[in-house]
Amino acid sequence: MVDLSINCGGIKSPNPFWLASAPPTNSAYQVCKAFEAGWGGAVWKTIGEPVMNVVNRYGAIDYNGQKILGINNIELISDRPIEVNFKEIAETKKLWPDRAVIASLMVESTREVWNDIVKRTIDTGCDGIELNYGCPHGMSERGMGSAVGQVPEYCTMITEWVTEVSTIPVLVKLTPNVADIRFPGRAAKKGGAHGLSLINTINSIMGVDLDTLELKPSVDGKGGHGGYAGVAVKPIALNMVSQIAIDPEINLPISGIGGISTWRDALEFILLGATSVQVCTEVMHYGFRIIDDMLEGLINWMEEKGFRSINDIRGKSLASIADFGDLNLLYKTVAQIDESKCIQCNLCYIACEDGAHQCIDIIPHDGKNQPKVREPDCVGCMLCFLVCPVDDCISMVRKDDGTEAITWNELMKKLPQPLTWEALRQFQAKHGIEIH
Amino acid sequence: MKNIAPKLTPEQYEQNFAELHPPFTSNSAVAEANRCLYCFDSPCMKACPTHIDISTFIKKIATGNLKGSAKTILESNWVALTCAKACPVDVLCEGACVYNERGEQPIQIGRLQRYAIDWYFEQGMPTLFTPAPKNGKTIGVIGAGPAGLACAAELALMGYDVTIYEAKDKPGGLDTWGIAPYKMTQADSLNEVKLIERFGVKIKTGVRIGKNLSVAELEKRHDAVFLGLGLPSPTRMHIPGEDLPGVYDALEFIERVTTRNWKSVDVGNRVAVIGAGNTAIDAITEAKRLGAEQVMIIYRRSRNEMSAYDFEFELAKHDGVIFHFLTAPIRILGNSHVEALECTRMKLGEPDAKGRRALEPIPNSEFQLPVDMVIKSVGQKANESFLSEIPNLRIQNGQVWVDPETLQTSNPKYFAGGDCINVGKEVVHAAADGKKAAHGIDKCLFSKESVNKSGKHG
Repeated sequence: MVDLSINCGGIKSPNPFWLASAPPTNSAYQVCKAFEAGWGGAVWKTIGEPVMNVVNRYGAIDYNGQKILGINNIELISDRPIEVNFKEIAETKKLWPDRAVIASLMVESTREVWNDIVKRTIDTGCDGIELNYGCPHGMSERGMGSAVGQVPEYCTMITEWVTEVSTIPVLVKLTPNVADIRFPGRAAKKGGAHGLSLINTINSIMGVDLDTLELKPSVDGKGGHGGYAGVAVKPIALNMVSQIAIDPEINLPISGIGGISTWRDALEFILLGATSVQVCTEVMHYGFRIIDDMLEGLINWMEEKGFRSINDIRGKSLASIADFGDLNLLYKTVAQIDESKCIQCNLCYIACEDGAHQCIDIIPHDGKNQPKVREPDCVGCMLCFLVCPVDDCISMVRKDDGTEAITWNELMKKLPQPLTWEALRQFQAKHGIEIH
Repeated sequence: MKNIAPKLTPEQYEQNFAELHPPFTSNSAVAEANRCLYCFDSPCMKACPTHIDISTFIKKIATGNLKGSAKTILESNWVALTCAKACPVDVLCEGACVYNERGEQPIQIGRLQRYAIDWYFEQGMPTLFTPAPKNGKTIGVIGAGPAGLACAAELALMGYDVTIYEAKDKPGGLDTWGIAPYKMTQADSLNEVKLIERFGVKIKTGVRIGKNLSVAELEKRHDAVFLGLGLPSPTRMHIPGEDLPGVYDALEFIERVTTRNWKSVDVGNRVAVIGAGNTAIDAITEAKRLGAEQVMIIYRRSRNEMSAYDFEFELAKHDGVIFHFLTAPIRILGNSHVEALECTRMKLGEPDAKGRRALEPIPNSEFQLPVDMVIKSVGQKANESFLSEIPNLRIQNGQVWVDPETLQTSNPKYFAGGDCINVGKEVVHAAADGKKAAHGIDKCLFSKESVNKSGKHG
């Protein structure tokens, strides 16, 4: 029996799937409906300063006919009065005692205001607080959201204003719109955060309408940057989550966010160090019902692999993260095409020919044009493997015998410095590496 | 004809002749276009006799560049709408799609092609091609079918002055007169003709060479002549009763159906089509859709030898056509009109050197099928009496002989393409021939002259 329950910085939930602070958590109606469907927790749509929204609020990027590869928004924090939100949070928590109900907060940057809202939040009976230091639009211009998240000193200061009065766990939600995510992460830790949520949305312009020449989405002919989310941002989020997870100075529980649309995505975040995961865009597209497959897929995978709890798998892939200088220069693979599976689309050929290293030939055979890898020339870049539309048709086959390994950092200690092309060529020649 | 099938309501006709493959909506076209893998050196392109760069035109549909898509299609094929709607795509482009190799449905190339060309025609055919300056040469084209049209379009763009002579009152050849109405309409074919006329091609309909205009006059007018005259003469079966009222030639019947004056086309209650090619299938399914009660195909060989494509066979079966295989007609019976068809059972013997199995009647197996209408679909022939008026024109196996590279005939002034050189091939082959012959003509007329006007012939 698999145990999916988690404890993320003191916030407990029966499964790691939380709804991110966003339109799907705007009201008790929605959050209760989500809990009914099986969601383990919900971070309430950020409450705080009075705001007024504009329309249109969302823009999306489609790709090859697939809708909403990414979405951006210029929607602000909750535009419902703060009292209504507090009342609904309290009611929801009463109805769903086993689920995580987390209040997301954003107010003006003064100690009194923060102290006050934190106290009122605790009175709702919710399980934790998430500090929204992330919104890249609308609020940041008013000195909130990412305007805080981008300045480590502010992160620390405001986190302190919260943690000094909070009796419940405090997560800090980080903005990815920074050069190095570890600095705001460390700052939040310094301010007493119990955990970190990341990533918030990425600053973006969604596109230009080619008929009106206006930005998308257009608000009466004008538009601007907004927060980018959805599947397209997942790799960026994974990188930032892993950077926080391996930073020895941080060592805080992570609630992973950014393009999680399936149980597979969720697993990747957990394997790179997340304890809980937060989902928004996929729910905005398909509704709360997606939790069914997310839970089932996660359980099935864990059972199949013999894992019993989220603790068993959390951070398991972090050990495979290495700096470039620590990668084995003598690891050698070449592409091999399984001709019995090949459908002769020859996408591998043209990708290699025009986009890589010209080591696939087309050989006419039985009236078909069969692509063939010239193994001695293959640099093992993997582009053909990536473009091949047939499962298991192209494989990257290991060619070195595994007995020798040397990293760039090790090599630099061996070769005379400053490094010359000639010295490097000699090393390559010794190991049969030919650059053409 | 006795026992004429009762006429249907207008709604029933429209339902029976509704398009088999309706157009894509823009959403569905883009979705299907995006399914295309955009293969390099794609097998579909090679499988198309006109070598349309299919994956490129599909990619352009996916990006919303429909004008560019239409251009990619048309620069390879001037009768692309007809081909999109009437090509046997299962055995050509779609049959070659790599998705088949992956065990999945191939890309619907025909429907996508139609989507791009429909769009282009709906936009009023914005200019995509500009004819080169006139080069002073004039070409006569006999027959405004797909081969003639393709040849004319190509020549006109190269700067030739081109006139097409067409015996019928409407151009388009079999594209206009010979395609089942549930595949395409005459209007589709005539739109394609309009495009070609925009290149300056003159089309003289109602002109029969040898009758309204002599071969000598034709030769005097033009520097070269392209023969795209098809196979206008039905093959006779040489059985008794062949000329009884109620006996029709398949193309003659199909031609009347293409006018879409459904009520004006009488069909018998019980209809037999003799032959089992694609034309036979068209004729029998059309008879059924016009209201015939009992429809059958009489074919002397077996299912394995029939030349109709599998999807045509399926269509006929779906329409309730009864197939009498290994059955040969020996006599059409009736006093003043068709009443029955007398047949004999056949058996297949050993294959000959060419692999074609010998056929012999089974003694005493004769039987009669009561029918009201017989449609003969046993092949078409060239108009040999007209062809014999052209000096030194070599005819081989009932077809005009041509040089396979240039499509030049044995008379150097004449070139030929389409059904008159390829008995029983498709519109798309005719389109490819026309284009090839145009380049053959260009090569021939300019091989001895140095013409640098467009830099093309240098």
